[in-house]
Amino acid sequence: MRLLLISLITLFSVAIHAVEVRGYMGTELRYFSETPWQSEQTDWQASFVTQPEFYWELDDSGDNSVTFTPFMRIDSADNARSHWDVRELKWLHLADNWELEVGAAIVFWGVTESQHLVDVINQTDGIEGINGDDKLGQPMVHFSLIEDWGVFESFILAGFREQTYAGKNGRLRLPLLVDGDHSQYESSRGQQHIDVALRYSHSLSDWDIAFSAFHGTNREPVFQLDSSQQQLTPYYMQMTQVSSDVQITQNDWLWKAEWLYRDTQPESYYAAVAGFEYTLIGLFDSDADLGLLGEYNWDQRQEQASTPYQNDLFVGARVVLNDEDSTELLIGVARDLSYMSYSGRLQASKRLGERYKLSLEAWLFHSNEQADPLYYFQHDDMINVNLDYYF
Amino acid sequence: MNLCIKSAIVSVLAMTFSLPSVAQNAQQTRGLEIAKARKVADQGWVDSQASMEMLLSNKQGETSLRQLRMKNLEVESDGDKSISIFDSPKDIRGAAFLTFAHVQGADDQWLYLPALKRVKRISSRNKSGPFMGSEFAYEDLSSFEVEKYTYRYLGDEPVGTEASFILESVPTDKYSGYSKLVTWLDKDDYRVHKAQYFDRKGSLLKTLTASNYMQYLDKYWRAHNLKMVNHQTGKSTLLTWDSYQFMTGLKESDFNKNRLKRAR
Repeated sequence: MRLLLISLITLFSVAIHAVEVRGYMGTELRYFSETPWQSEQTDWQASFVTQPEFYWELDDSGDNSVTFTPFMRIDSADNARSHWDVRELKWLHLADNWELEVGAAIVFWGVTESQHLVDVINQTDGIEGINGDDKLGQPMVHFSLIEDWGVFESFILAGFREQTYAGKNGRLRLPLLVDGDHSQYESSRGQQHIDVALRYSHSLSDWDIAFSAFHGTNREPVFQLDSSQQQLTPYYMQMTQVSSDVQITQNDWLWKAEWLYRDTQPESYYAAVAGFEYTLIGLFDSDADLGLLGEYNWDQRQEQASTPYQNDLFVGARVVLNDEDSTELLIGVARDLSYMSYSGRLQASKRLGERYKLSLEAWLFHSNEQADPLYYFQHDDMINVNLDYYF
Repeated sequence: MNLCIKSAIVSVLAMTFSLPSVAQNAQQTRGLEIAKARKVADQGWVDSQASMEMLLSNKQGETSLRQLRMKNLEVESDGDKSISIFDSPKDIRGAAFLTFAHVQGADDQWLYLPALKRVKRISSRNKSGPFMGSEFAYEDLSSFEVEKYTYRYLGDEPVGTEASFILESVPTDKYSGYSKLVTWLDKDDYRVHKAQYFDRKGSLLKTLTASNYMQYLDKYWRAHNLKMVNHQTGKSTLLTWDSYQFMTGLKESDFNKNRLKRAR
């Protein structure tokens, strides 16, 4: 990693073009309305966040560039949530029918909204938010071949990124703290294990399809009680995964599905998520659109599943006003059909002036069964307000 | 004798009733001719790149700005391919759209969300919806294709100093937001100087005024100023095109999901 940094800094000094900067900085305020599991857990959390993106073009063709995107959050209540990351530090080369990306980067795979099941390349920066949308940068060599018959991609991933967890003062965590400093690995090479992935994707008429394969360290650890019996130690196993993601777009209907087969310890399994998105254009003769979403999540392991998405139904409605302020509102409910637990979310955002964006997020959790992964969030109902400045 | 008179009367009657429809047909034929001439006048530009700015104004006079760049590729016997990259407002900077327009059926559209590094294929039925909150709908900005409307020639009327045809166009796509358009095209070059848009109920909704036409490569006319006024809400959008370039060497391979992700 250090060698990569040094070579890239050398590259910068050779670069003759000016840097282009864009990004955002903002403040977030979180309030938890219920009494927590443990008294040291906070009710309020304020934080500052920024993610600038620096872009250099190495020559006039526009085909060679370097992008550096650092990220940082400083949290008032939870030390573990104060963290920084290099989301991207990569060289990108574009050619007529192929591309090469080398360095830390973020790659997204998938089509569904309630869960990003097949999105396996980047580790989730779980402490950032409940959605799982935020990802940690992953060092890689990513080659893409773009032909008429589809896009073929290969990935060589080095330098494994571990999951992020809330600390003792933080919320949205298990009652036992996770000791991220002493993670264990099935592979003797630990974080230095080189993972590989392949992907084929194609758009044909109404269909967008992709098939992927991954072999390497499972991004999701299993937790073991440590020797003191008071903390959890993450244990990262190896896995081989094959997956597919498909979307059929027919006018106002979108049909989506993702499925995978994961060969790993303690058991191999199948999992899938499928659903639709239907958009009503021009609600009551106005400019607003209403999107209706429904998705079903299934995991073969059922009660033994390590994720909450083992037998869950998600329904949501998204209202987009199409006004000057890009006002949007999303309401969603996810119901676990085995545990009869549910989580509800409300997300709204709008632009203020030309450069500010105000967003609001509210979550509520209801769960009565200890075996349900959602059980540990039931006291963590939350309201989150963000004010971000974009440049 | 009787039979002769009878058939004569029938023929005269038949002709009287068919005369209006003959006139109707003449209007439609002439209308289609003008639309085709308009299309031919603008063919062969291969590819183009341009940047544009939209100034949105509401009834109170408050404004907001949109800036974006567009790349277009002419496709033989189908709609154009285009990539639009947003520069402003800053919160959507870096977002981009890829559209494969089709003459028949819905367009194919993909949206790139830079925050998630995600390319999402979206429903393109929203052609009647506002583009970036402006008074221009998606369908107002997509390329002109003859098959998208049925036509009637309504006569002549000058727009300023330009002698022009008046053309009525009825969209063939049932998802269009308009019941009809009335367009003024100049007789020399078939350029649109003015257009009126009628909503689904048949009331006048918006008027477009195009000005500052410049000619490129001795053939292609592009209006650099487009003003769309919404009579029902009092809002308006001034669209200004800048730095038009044609035949820049863009190819099919510049218009796909990968290029969309890399758009800057």
